[in-house]
Amino acid sequence: MRIHIQNGRLIDPANGIDRQADLFIADGAIVSHGDTPPGGFVAEGTIDATGCIVCPGLIDLSARLREPGFEYKATLESEMAAAAAGGVTSLACPPDTDPPLDEPGLVEMLTHRARLPEFAHVYPVGALTVGLAGERLTEMAELAEAGCVAFGQANTAILDTQVMLRAMQYAATFGFSVWLQAQDPHLAKGGVAHDGAVAARLGLTGIPVVAETIALATLLHLARETGARLHLRRISSAAGVDMIRAARAAGIAVTCDVSINHLHLSDTDIGWFDPHCRLDPPLRAAADRDALRAGLADGTVNALCSDHTPVDDDAKQVPFAEAEAGASGLELLLPLTLKWATEMKLPLLTALARITSDAARIMGITAGTLTPGRSADVCVFDPQAPFRVSREALRSQGKNTPFLGKTLVGRVRCTLIEGHLAYHDEMV
Amino acid sequence: MSLRNPQLNANGELIHLITLEGLPRDIISGILDRAAPFTEIAEREVKKVPLLRGKSVFNLFFENSTRTRTTFEIAAKRLSADVINLNINTSSTTKGETLLDTVDNLAAMQADMFIVRHASSGAPYLIAQHLAATKREHIHVINAGDGRHSHPTQGLLDMYTIRHYKRDFTKLTVAVVGDVLHSRVARSQLHALAALGVPEIRVVGPKTLLPAGVEQMAGKDRLRVCHDLRDGLKGADVVMMLRLQNERMQGALLPSPQEYFKSYGLTPAMLALAKPDAIVMHPGPMNRGVEIDSAVADGGQAVILPQVTFGIAVRMAVMAMLAGA
Repeated sequence: MRIHIQNGRLIDPANGIDRQADLFIADGAIVSHGDTPPGGFVAEGTIDATGCIVCPGLIDLSARLREPGFEYKATLESEMAAAAAGGVTSLACPPDTDPPLDEPGLVEMLTHRARLPEFAHVYPVGALTVGLAGERLTEMAELAEAGCVAFGQANTAILDTQVMLRAMQYAATFGFSVWLQAQDPHLAKGGVAHDGAVAARLGLTGIPVVAETIALATLLHLARETGARLHLRRISSAAGVDMIRAARAAGIAVTCDVSINHLHLSDTDIGWFDPHCRLDPPLRAAADRDALRAGLADGTVNALCSDHTPVDDDAKQVPFAEAEAGASGLELLLPLTLKWATEMKLPLLTALARITSDAARIMGITAGTLTPGRSADVCVFDPQAPFRVSREALRSQGKNTPFLGKTLVGRVRCTLIEGHLAYHDEMV
Repeated sequence: MSLRNPQLNANGELIHLITLEGLPRDIISGILDRAAPFTEIAEREVKKVPLLRGKSVFNLFFENSTRTRTTFEIAAKRLSADVINLNINTSSTTKGETLLDTVDNLAAMQADMFIVRHASSGAPYLIAQHLAATKREHIHVINAGDGRHSHPTQGLLDMYTIRHYKRDFTKLTVAVVGDVLHSRVARSQLHALAALGVPEIRVVGPKTLLPAGVEQMAGKDRLRVCHDLRDGLKGADVVMMLRLQNERMQGALLPSPQEYFKSYGLTPAMLALAKPDAIVMHPGPMNRGVEIDSAVADGGQAVILPQVTFGIAVRMAVMAMLAGA
């Protein structure tokens, strides 16, 4: 199908483009952009993007689809609808399913189930160790063949540093990326909130910042030792940002991301035990949040992700410490990126890079750009339209987000996946 | 989520008692004033008033407690309420019922008041929010201790005790000694002492037993952290000891009860550093020879048993006020 997206402001961070231009799509690929259609192009469908921004489909470095094993929390169908409504066209899903993604068959099953035209491209992150238990290595080469783009442990740690060293050595042998969360499990034991004044007041067990920095130091040393491509998921502290900046200056190949929640919230948002703020890693102090915001702006933090974690109401309607950690986020990635950009006075070209081209580079995929010839994964959004976050408005089965009730700015008007209209709102 | 403090209604009146944090001085003083006449009821031949006649008070204890449950039960019975005791840790939650399911079931039995103890910080908030969300705010929640968070009636009875012996809060130096990290009692005490205008509060204990940011819990200008018991006690008017639970010896927080007693145990020699008329308080149950020497616990400056007596009156006052009686 040939599609003409007209009258929009086209932003393609990968190519440094931000200008008024039409976009022409044929056979699932980008044909060109400019003022006039390429020779012989006759559109079969037209999308009017007046007042809207046309950008590459968003790339989310962490979205839990909850399949297999947690279908009562979410299903592929519900979460793919959420992705499309959020403008997300490619996503990486962490391996903490049940069973974990530690066998090629499981990965093939997931990618096969996800292969529908209206579904975002799903890139599984394979388990680094069998059962995420931190003891035996998975068959990484087989898993990569089955479709894994990286290997990790989701939110679980590897206790044995020798296993960690070998896992990174083995991954480095094949050039695979290793995605890990820096949190020392001993220092985080029993903890549910940042170890500070808020946790003290509420009587919650704290997780100190040193839980992050100590684990970070270990991982950075191992990355230097092994030459593994290390990606650090969900950095949460100012000290962590500083360490990554220093490590990169010292020549260690390391990237990192932050979640939309940690970019905008701090431990004071827990208020009176709001279980939606029960997150892993915990929301830290306001100064940490500010360092994350600045780090993402200057590129020390490479990408922003939703860390989408649909949780059923039953698992949240319990006392704070007993609540399952995580927040729904696929549909908030764009508006919360825009909110950050506005508050930091950043050009959209820079801000959108963090959820398109920069994220694609970490995943090692060719998506995240409007370069002619590439897959027509496109997001068209109105940067002025308000979006009130409510249980009804969210398509994800997970209604759990600290932003419930808030009005954000930025609404996806339509999402194309390989030229297929995966989502459009009533305006299109 | 509503940002309104769920223990106050839209008019700023107390509908639940969940924490002392953020409670204005006049509400706290009002409860203490209301408690005073209730202390006399205990002296009467018929120890009952009809204020809660016909009301059903559910003691909802998800965590073991004998003393607190008993004092609430006595308080409710002296107000003529019907009291139902539920020790839930041995009944339905082991069958997989959720906290809120339990609450819904009991609410359906026309409960008027829930006295809640739970091992998780924030559980009574969850119940109060659930009652509000389901338009059952006529059911009142009293927190009888949640995790490490709060134990407001203990905090109030401690304030009643201090007021009884010392009258004016605004000239006092108060030392809170021991395991503040794990103590809901200490948190409630700190909020109340600050609200009532105590100018100097000292928090005393080893670094392993003090939470990060403790100095912000009562305002940096009035709260001082001491690691040396002698510094903490010097010239104090009130010494509030905290219970040290035996399991704290396991998690590398302390080496031994003996060493703790040597550094932080309240002995007669240590108490001599405080003002001669200083009072010694303890929320009970005491560990003699661990945090407090028997000579002090049984000595003339201890007001530990009057605390228990006042506790009943204070709990009666809280129940009567919440019920609008």
